[in-house]
Amino acid sequence: MPRQEPAVRAKNFKEVALGYTPEMALEEANRCIQCPKRPCVDGCPVNVDIPDFIKALREGNMTEAVKALKNKNALPGVCGRVCPQETQCESKCTLAKQKAPVAIGRLERYVADWERNNKSAMPSASPLPPSTGKKVAVIGSGPAGLTAAADLVKNGHAVTIFEALHVGGGVLMYGIPQFRLPKEIVQNEVNFVKSLGVELILDAVIGKIDTLDELLNNGYDAVFLGTGAGLPMFLNVSGENLCGIYSANEWLTRINLMKAYLFPNYDTPLRMGKKVAVVGGGNVAMDAARCALRLGAEEVYIVYRRSEAELPARKEEVENAKEEGIVFKFLTNPIRFIDDGKGWVNGMECIEMELGEPDASGRRRPIAKKGSEFIMAIDTVVIALGTTPNPLIASTTEGLKTTSHGTVVADEATGKTVKDKVWAGGDIVTGAATVISAMGAGKRAAADIDKFLSGK
Amino acid sequence: MIDEKGERIPLTVADCDAKEGTLTIVFMEVGKTTRELGCLKTGDSIMSLTGPLGVPTHAEKFGTVVCVAGGFAVAPIMPIARAMKQASNKVISIMGARSKDLMFWEDELRSVSDKLIITTDDGSYGRKGLVTEPLKEILETEKVDRVIAIGPSVMMKFCSKTTQPFGVKTIVSLNPIMVDGTGMCGCCRVVVGGQTKFACVDGPDFDGHQVDWDLLAARQRNYLEEEKKALENWQCQCGGHHH
Repeated sequence: MPRQEPAVRAKNFKEVALGYTPEMALEEANRCIQCPKRPCVDGCPVNVDIPDFIKALREGNMTEAVKALKNKNALPGVCGRVCPQETQCESKCTLAKQKAPVAIGRLERYVADWERNNKSAMPSASPLPPSTGKKVAVIGSGPAGLTAAADLVKNGHAVTIFEALHVGGGVLMYGIPQFRLPKEIVQNEVNFVKSLGVELILDAVIGKIDTLDELLNNGYDAVFLGTGAGLPMFLNVSGENLCGIYSANEWLTRINLMKAYLFPNYDTPLRMGKKVAVVGGGNVAMDAARCALRLGAEEVYIVYRRSEAELPARKEEVENAKEEGIVFKFLTNPIRFIDDGKGWVNGMECIEMELGEPDASGRRRPIAKKGSEFIMAIDTVVIALGTTPNPLIASTTEGLKTTSHGTVVADEATGKTVKDKVWAGGDIVTGAATVISAMGAGKRAAADIDKFLSGK
Repeated sequence: MIDEKGERIPLTVADCDAKEGTLTIVFMEVGKTTRELGCLKTGDSIMSLTGPLGVPTHAEKFGTVVCVAGGFAVAPIMPIARAMKQASNKVISIMGARSKDLMFWEDELRSVSDKLIITTDDGSYGRKGLVTEPLKEILETEKVDRVIAIGPSVMMKFCSKTTQPFGVKTIVSLNPIMVDGTGMCGCCRVVVGGQTKFACVDGPDFDGHQVDWDLLAARQRNYLEEEKKALENWQCQCGGHHH
């Protein structure tokens, strides 16, 4: 798939990947052998009918391809861009055993983009099924909430999504940068879910304007909790609250949601230094580092306490980051931040690490090497160590069970919590995970809610 | 948030009327967004308003409560003084401002206070001086069970320093920079009693004797240059004149 050249893209916020041309899409679609076992479908957390949309695509029937794709997935433009297909559908592809698997993600993206650019060619949406008279409240309009809402409304239930922020999409809007997932595409998918009949109420913080019990007592028959990530985690080392040290959540929210890269045309600023260190090794760390580069940083480092082999980020994103010039400091752990005397960070003391025995996560545990301390001269730091769930709903809801990490306890197969009429899914249950796993959880919960509401 | 290009800023709800469906918010025009808000006319609308956020101020019967308001903080102190009064406390209020023309809601605050003391920096109204002076005198002359101080950080800091020797619990309302305000970004982190707290969900009320005031002040200055640039840029666009 064509991409912007590294030297060019590292200076702009336009999408890195440019997508297939029609010829390329056709060529790739023709590689699919339409095997009868369809293992790719099982590899997809929302079980998209992958061979069907690929078949329609290569037969030139694009409207049918769109239909087959969107039948199970309300957000294909998003999934085609940010799903880790290499560990899901594509890893199960029959072709993967001998050669490269079919590039399912890229084809998905191609079909979704075709639909967005050819809206008039699409038949009008099929009418809603007869109303069941049941009402469901969905809390949060991120991937889990949007998926659950779309599936529930298709079953005839009235669905209202309550979103805390001023725009729908959740992490797809505030977390993932423009150059990886253009916000116009997210809004297109949000609008699609609304077009199905879902009501989206913005600026509505549940736990504050209404508690879950108030929603249930005021006419909602079921609630799905998809509130996502919460408060950022920090290192808990000295100097961490100095100016110039951001959580990845703040950094990305300023840039993506509030468009700080367009300041002062947009009102929210971001103070960019020359030398930026991003602490952490996940996709969020990659996103934060690549944003720093695009905002004009001269040197950007990823500081990670384990080795390259343990990096939790997608390989593709690590490659993108390297190509763009981001420097990786592996086996390095910050132990202190240094004040410039005016309350700003101007140095980060680190210690070298080595890998010991495997820990509970199965990865080799990093151990500090005595006497290996050194100072990195940096003026901006982004801490990308993950988040803990927002406590707002759990703390205002009786009878909702949470783990010691603050995540909500829910049945893995159904999303059902221990509280009557309440389901949950996505990061609020699993802790930080992927967009598609949240969508899968939304889908499973929607199926179980439908079963409950229709008395099956 | 005023419009699509706007910023999210935290403001305090001073009053509300559920029957009328109205909220009362008082703010001081200091930067681009607050000045732009000040330019709105009756009937205009803004894009987004979210709330209420954070933990509401706790009111119960403490005994004697001193409510100290610096500048425009008369607005946020009003509902607290009223709640303290309703909880059968003796309420002594102190309101201070730079000068007489910045005073407002004097009668309103008096109506919910057993006693009201007014100070101005320039002596143009009430007694000349800072709010900490009458606060100290009250602490010296009678038993005070709680102090609530709201206003600029430096005023809250010195109110806390004034009450500390008397051992009177002092609640302050912190105003660090926020972005989402819903417990997600961590921009508003403050250190209280040696621990990092998030003002948007853990606060905004904290024990003034435990707050790291220097850190708060440093973090509030984080974007001074950008704030200036945004204001200048906006004034250029709107011809540099507004009321």
